[in-house]
Amino acid sequence: MELNQYLEMFIEESKEHLQSCSDNLLQLEKNPDDLAIVNEIFRSAHTLKGMSATMGYEDLADLTHKMENVLDAIRNEKIQVNAEILDVVFESVDHLEEMVMSIAGGGDGKKDVSQTVEKLKRIESGESIQQESTPSETAAAEVAASTTVLENALQLQYDDFEKTVLLQSTEQGYNAFEVSVTLMDSCLLKAARVYMVFDILEKNGDVVKSSPTVDKLEEEQFDQDFKVALITQTDADELRSKILKVSEVDSVTITQISEDLFVQSAVVESEEVIELAAEDVTVVPNAEAKKEETSQKPSTTKHAASKTIRVSIERLDILMNLFEELVIDRGRLQSIATEVNHSELNETVERMSRTMGDLQNIVLTMRMIPIETVFNRFPKMVRTLSRDLKKKINLEILGAETELDRTVIDEIGDPLVHLIRNSVDHGIESPEVRRANGKPEEGNVTLRAYHSGNYVFIEIEDDGAGINRERVLKKAISKGIVTKESALSMSDKQINELILASGFSTAEVISDISGRGVGLDVVKTTIESLGGNISIESTEGVGSIFSIQLPLTLSIISVMLVEIEQEIYAIPLSSIIETSIIKNSDILNAHNQKVIDFRGKVVPLIFLDEIFDVPRTPKQEDEYHSVVIVRKGDKLAGLVVDTFIGQQEIVLKSLGNYLTNIFAISGATILGNGKVALIVDCNALMK
Amino acid sequence: MTAVDQEYLKVIVFQLADKEYAIPVSNVQGIEKLMHITRVPKTREFVKGVINLRGVVTPLIDLRERFGLPVSNNEETTRIIIITLEEMEVGFIVDSANDVIDIPTDAIEPQPEVVGSNEEDFISGVAKLENRLLILLHLDKVLNP
Repeated sequence: MELNQYLEMFIEESKEHLQSCSDNLLQLEKNPDDLAIVNEIFRSAHTLKGMSATMGYEDLADLTHKMENVLDAIRNEKIQVNAEILDVVFESVDHLEEMVMSIAGGGDGKKDVSQTVEKLKRIESGESIQQESTPSETAAAEVAASTTVLENALQLQYDDFEKTVLLQSTEQGYNAFEVSVTLMDSCLLKAARVYMVFDILEKNGDVVKSSPTVDKLEEEQFDQDFKVALITQTDADELRSKILKVSEVDSVTITQISEDLFVQSAVVESEEVIELAAEDVTVVPNAEAKKEETSQKPSTTKHAASKTIRVSIERLDILMNLFEELVIDRGRLQSIATEVNHSELNETVERMSRTMGDLQNIVLTMRMIPIETVFNRFPKMVRTLSRDLKKKINLEILGAETELDRTVIDEIGDPLVHLIRNSVDHGIESPEVRRANGKPEEGNVTLRAYHSGNYVFIEIEDDGAGINRERVLKKAISKGIVTKESALSMSDKQINELILASGFSTAEVISDISGRGVGLDVVKTTIESLGGNISIESTEGVGSIFSIQLPLTLSIISVMLVEIEQEIYAIPLSSIIETSIIKNSDILNAHNQKVIDFRGKVVPLIFLDEIFDVPRTPKQEDEYHSVVIVRKGDKLAGLVVDTFIGQQEIVLKSLGNYLTNIFAISGATILGNGKVALIVDCNALMK
Repeated sequence: MTAVDQEYLKVIVFQLADKEYAIPVSNVQGIEKLMHITRVPKTREFVKGVINLRGVVTPLIDLRERFGLPVSNNEETTRIIIITLEEMEVGFIVDSANDVIDIPTDAIEPQPEVVGSNEEDFISGVAKLENRLLILLHLDKVLNP
């Protein structure tokens, strides 16, 4: 089998399953009694195990298998969930993630996880993970352990496939037996005996399953007895006598695999079906709980509900580029149609424009993905961080459904990790300090995303210690980032933002968490390279808010085309509030600035022809001026132009690497007539 | 002739005022006729604006103005030579594009010490070919202010 072609799919799906594991584990931590969640995790783990075994990643499969055993014990209520167990399972998921990342990076996915495996084994067998746990707990665990071991030994678990095989063979008149073989205590070559028993069994029928697995049996990893599920035409007595002929076999019990198994399996199956559908769960006893779960986590149900297909980003980019060409050609066609003024042509062009509008929406939304994909890795991260730092932290995530362009999503993850680490490490105080300051022991970190205009805002808010101005200033001065003199005239906001300056780190002691040699300046650079910006608000003792503003960075935007003399400029619709025509007499003079009264607000006028030095043939004074009212934040300005041309969709083009940082021009576009028009950067026009 | 082991540099030859200049062919993307130029405000004098070069917005530099030569009116022969240098794509406005020739590398000499005109900074060398004198441009310096 050519595995490479499946590799990408394997990695993607593994990531999804691992994500679902950690999401559900976090849920489980909150509701330790909800076995539906355990089932969910178990299923993910089970699928992952199957996939990795198929792909030949033994270590991955092995660790998942061990984890699955623990989960199985939990869902069968043999083990009670507690924080220790969850820690180990989380640890396993972490290891699994690392392995998958290693595979994604071209590695072999191998990793030494013997410690974790050991812990999982101990949990599975009911031993306490930590030796120093209280005696009563240990005792309880031991009781659980003995039952676990006992049940494991007596009960073979079948998966769906095996059940089907067993069912079909009994229907065809074969016998389905569970054969329990006990070897003598004195047996020296257990593996050899196992081999001989298997030899006999295989001559007489087909072995469906064994417990422990064949590998383990060969390695002698079992006590005295093992169990085999067999399909055979030989009858039980004959089989028994054959096996007993093998020396050192103590006893053999053969039981017919009962109808119960199939009945039981049918129940399990129907339950699974219901959970997959996850909509109408009224039949299942704990329907309420499940319904709640589904409503909380729409993403898990989405998998079953909507059919999806994976498309590589490159292909989407190609599609996008081709579409841009189409948009330009449409503009050209439109202007030709207006010139020719042929009714049929007009009609066709109009219809084409409409279709293209719809197409554009689809192409654009295809590139949009919910920021959830970035956010959902944080709950686990915060959990681990708070455990490492011995802090109590509650992470709240709001607006995870906010959609962003894929290219931005890819870039924004690392800066956010950095900021959240910063909040957890430097922001939230230790429980003792918090208590001493009269705050609740548990600190809150809120991660929030929302759309506003053509921007996406992401905020990280904490109710921690806030930023200590004196310390920041002292540090900035000692590092030579600011001078003592300039520090005096800095606003609070400016001082806060010093922590984003390069070469600045407020940590007195470099910690594991944020002391990684890079400061928040990297965050600032990344965000600015995406065309966004970051600001900090902080009140000492109360908390801080880091606020990131990002453009949607769509390459097609709506603009208003305006004309100044012979030149055409495009003003992004996102900045425009409205257009209006004003009379000369409406213009007032305030200091050296011409202003107008716009709905009771004094709005400064910006004459674009002056700003852009447009060459004027003898300027005639018009009595009327066309004004575009634009906005930056809550500030307004009026851009004075000659004429409005109209609204149009345009494709953003860069001016290239030679012309960079041109004042008040954010880019260019190609108009329907093939000429280039410049896009006005309204933000740069307003201070 | 020792042509066998002689190395050549393939160049595009163009005319500015009364002199002939050369740019290595490897830097040249194409030669275009003059087309509509959109002025870009607040840029250096010699940046004439941008053009739509088959969907790519490309800035134009007027080489006459860059070299401080008297401005000429655009005529029939005026050409735009599109060059690329380190991810930058720029068009040069020249009086005319004359030729593509191979210059033997040993015919290239460092620039004469006294030239006395503005373009001396932009010259990487001169090549004497029979009775022609070609001025080789230092693209880096032409593009960087």
